[in-house]
Formats: sequence, C-alpha cells, structure tokens
Amino acid sequence: MSDIAQDAMELPPQPSPFRLVGTLGGIAVLSGLLVVMTYQWTKPAIERNQREALERAVFSVLPGAVRSEPVEMTGQTVFAGFDEADRRIGFALESEARGYQDLVRILYGFDPDRQKIIGMTVLQSTETPGLGDKIIRDPAFHANFEALDVSREVEVVKSGAKTEAWQIDGISGATVSSQAVGQAIRRGAELRERVLAFYRGDQTNRTDQTNLTERGGQP
Amino acid sequence: MSAPEKMNLQTFTQGLWKENPVFVMMLGLCPVLAVTNTAMNALAMGLATTFVLICSGFLVSLLRKVIPKQVRIASYIIIIATFVTMADYLIQAISLEVYQALGAFIQLIVVNCIILGRAEAYASKNGPLKAVVNATGMGLGFTFALLCLGVVREVLGGGTLFGMQVMPDRFQPWSIFVLPPGGFFVLAFWLMLFAAFEERKQKKGVTA
Repeated sequence: MSDIAQDAMELPPQPSPFRLVGTLGGIAVLSGLLVVMTYQWTKPAIERNQREALERAVFSVLPGAVRSEPVEMTGQTVFAGFDEADRRIGFALESEARGYQDLVRILYGFDPDRQKIIGMTVLQSTETPGLGDKIIRDPAFHANFEALDVSREVEVVKSGAKTEAWQIDGISGATVSSQAVGQAIRRGAELRERVLAFYRGDQTNRTDQTNLTERGGQP
Repeated sequence: MSAPEKMNLQTFTQGLWKENPVFVMMLGLCPVLAVTNTAMNALAMGLATTFVLICSGFLVSLLRKVIPKQVRIASYIIIIATFVTMADYLIQAISLEVYQALGAFIQLIVVNCIILGRAEAYASKNGPLKAVVNATGMGLGFTFALLCLGVVREVLGGGTLFGMQVMPDRFQPWSIFVLPPGGFFVLAFWLMLFAAFEERKQKKGVTA
C-alpha cells in the first residue's frame, strides 16, 4: 500500500456516498422548487412588461398611434397602428443588422401610402456606451427617420451630408452603428414589399366593405 | 476561525467599512468595473447582489450542520445559483430597462467571489441571524462601493445623475468615464483615497 492510501486511512471517516449524493440531491430539489415558484410568481409581471415595452416601441415609431394590432406576415409578425379615429397610420416592422459589437435590432414605422419610414427605435443593442449607443437616443439621428424615403435604396452618409430624402445622416464617431441601422432598414425591403401587397389587398377589401355598409344605409 | 463570538455591531459594520468587499478585500471587481457606468445600474446591481448574499447566507447557515464538508462548495454553488436565478426573474418583473442594462452581469452574480467567500468563511460557521446581519452589512458595503464608482462615472461621463442632468449645458461629457477604461480610473482613484485615509488613521494611532 502506498503512503497516500495510508494517510487516507487516518483521516476521519468519510461520510457514505449516499449521504453526499443525498445532500446534493436534496439541495437541488429545494433549489428547483424555489426557482419554479419564482418563475410562476413573476411570469405575469414579466409578460406584461414585455408587452408594454413592445407596445411603447410600436407607438413610438408610429406617431399618433393609440392602438396596435398584430398582423401575421409569412414568418414574421408586424404591428398595425391606429390613431384615435381608428384610421390606420402605418405598420411597425422589425429588422436587424450587425453592429459594432453585436446585433442591432430595430423597430420602425412604415407608411405604405407614402412609402416612407415615419419613426425608428432601437429594441436591442450593445453598442459602445457614449459613442455607438447614440443611435438609441440622439435626436439629430432620429430626425432622419421622421420621413425617410424607402421607395429606393436607403443610404447612410456622413454627419451633416444628407441632401436627399432617402439618405440618413450618420453620427460622427459612430459610423458602424449608424451603418447598422441603415443596413437593417435596407434588409427590410422584402418585408416592406409583402406589407405593401397585404395593405393594397386589404384596402380594396375595405373599400368594398365601406361601400356595402354605405349602401345598407346608416341610421 | 476562533470560537463563535457574540453578535455585536461589528457583525454588521464589518462589511460596510473595515472589510469593505471592494475597497479593502478587493473582491468581486468584475461587476464593479462593468456595470457602474451609471448610478442606476450600480444601485440595481448592488441591491441584486445584496439580495443573493442575504438569502444564500441564510440558507447556508441553516443547512450548515447537514451539508458534509466534502460537498460543501457544490452545495453553496447550487444555493447561490438558485437565488441568482430568482433575482434574475424578479428584476425582469420589476423593470425590463434595468434588466437590459445589466445584461449578463445578473447571471454572473453566481461567480461573484464575495458571495461564495461569505458562505464559506461566515455563514457556514455562524447561526442564521448572524449570517443574515453580516451579509446585509457586506451587501450594503458592496452597494456603497458600486455607487461610489457609478456616481462619479455618470456625472463625469454623461453630466447626469440617476438620469437627471446635474452639470451645466456647456459641460462636455468625458465619454471615457462611461467606457471600460473609465471604470479602472475611477476605481484606482477611490482605492487611493481609501489607502490614504487608512494610512493617516494608522499614523495617528502610533503617535497618540
């Protein structure tokens, strides 16, 4: 027998493996119980928070919207926003592109009538604080998205160089992050086409319906 | 450690000043540097850590006679991870904004050595009440340290405090302070201040 084995013999008796496993198992069960309880208990609040956050985002990209309604597109959900008179203002669409550190996810308001973007908000980003994260709040940058023409390819230009309606004034010192927003909008072109097709189809239906009700006569 | 001492004011104040986890023991520096770019993040992180410290201290202390020595670290980690997961859900339920700002650092409380250190060095050797009181002191000491950094970094780096503007409009924010290097600068500054303070106190003690 080696010395090590002899040393081990002199140590105080080991608790049986069953006790070790039992203790760990017991603690794990207790832990599971606590986590499940917290999960159940906080679930409604978390869901409400997420819904509210999304709703706030939808309203912020569709100025004047007071009610929103999800619309299923193939593979993606977009949100239609309605104003107080229940007129449809536009659709809120999600898109994403690679930023400086990680994906930048944005939500933007799309007005199909004018083929314009009418608002933009950043849903998720980990851009550099103080530089890239200006895309979240910088008022001058957000002014780009009050009426951005998307009938042709959107272009990000240097800060202050915007001359056309389809151009985005970038933020100086945050070129990559500004480009990411532009890229995300360009990537949304296909989805915008689908929204447009849906919108046109829906509008013809709607006019038919209005005509019907009008013919039926209102009190 | 020595024979169990009676609970006294020291049990609580130990963590606040004399053994402040950040400024004296220099533990848990990762979140200290990472999430103190604004005072609000610092406060939220400090409170989340305090919650985990108190709960895990309490449970470890309750189970201290049941847990065999051989599996104690594994047991502590499960217990700590449980409370971190609970803190994670609770923060999501309270505010999504704070949750997004803190990001991965909430989950990383699991590996904050202050918590495991307290479980091993204190809670496993003392009764539940003492463990909770001590953990509260340590947690508040940690929160205090995070706030020290967060306040300086937010004011210098953004000209705001808890999101409200405190500097005149003409103030040009020093972005470097909200970036990672700023964390090191401000931490170094506070450590220097603490060391100088301690040194003066000791000198006084000698001459007196």
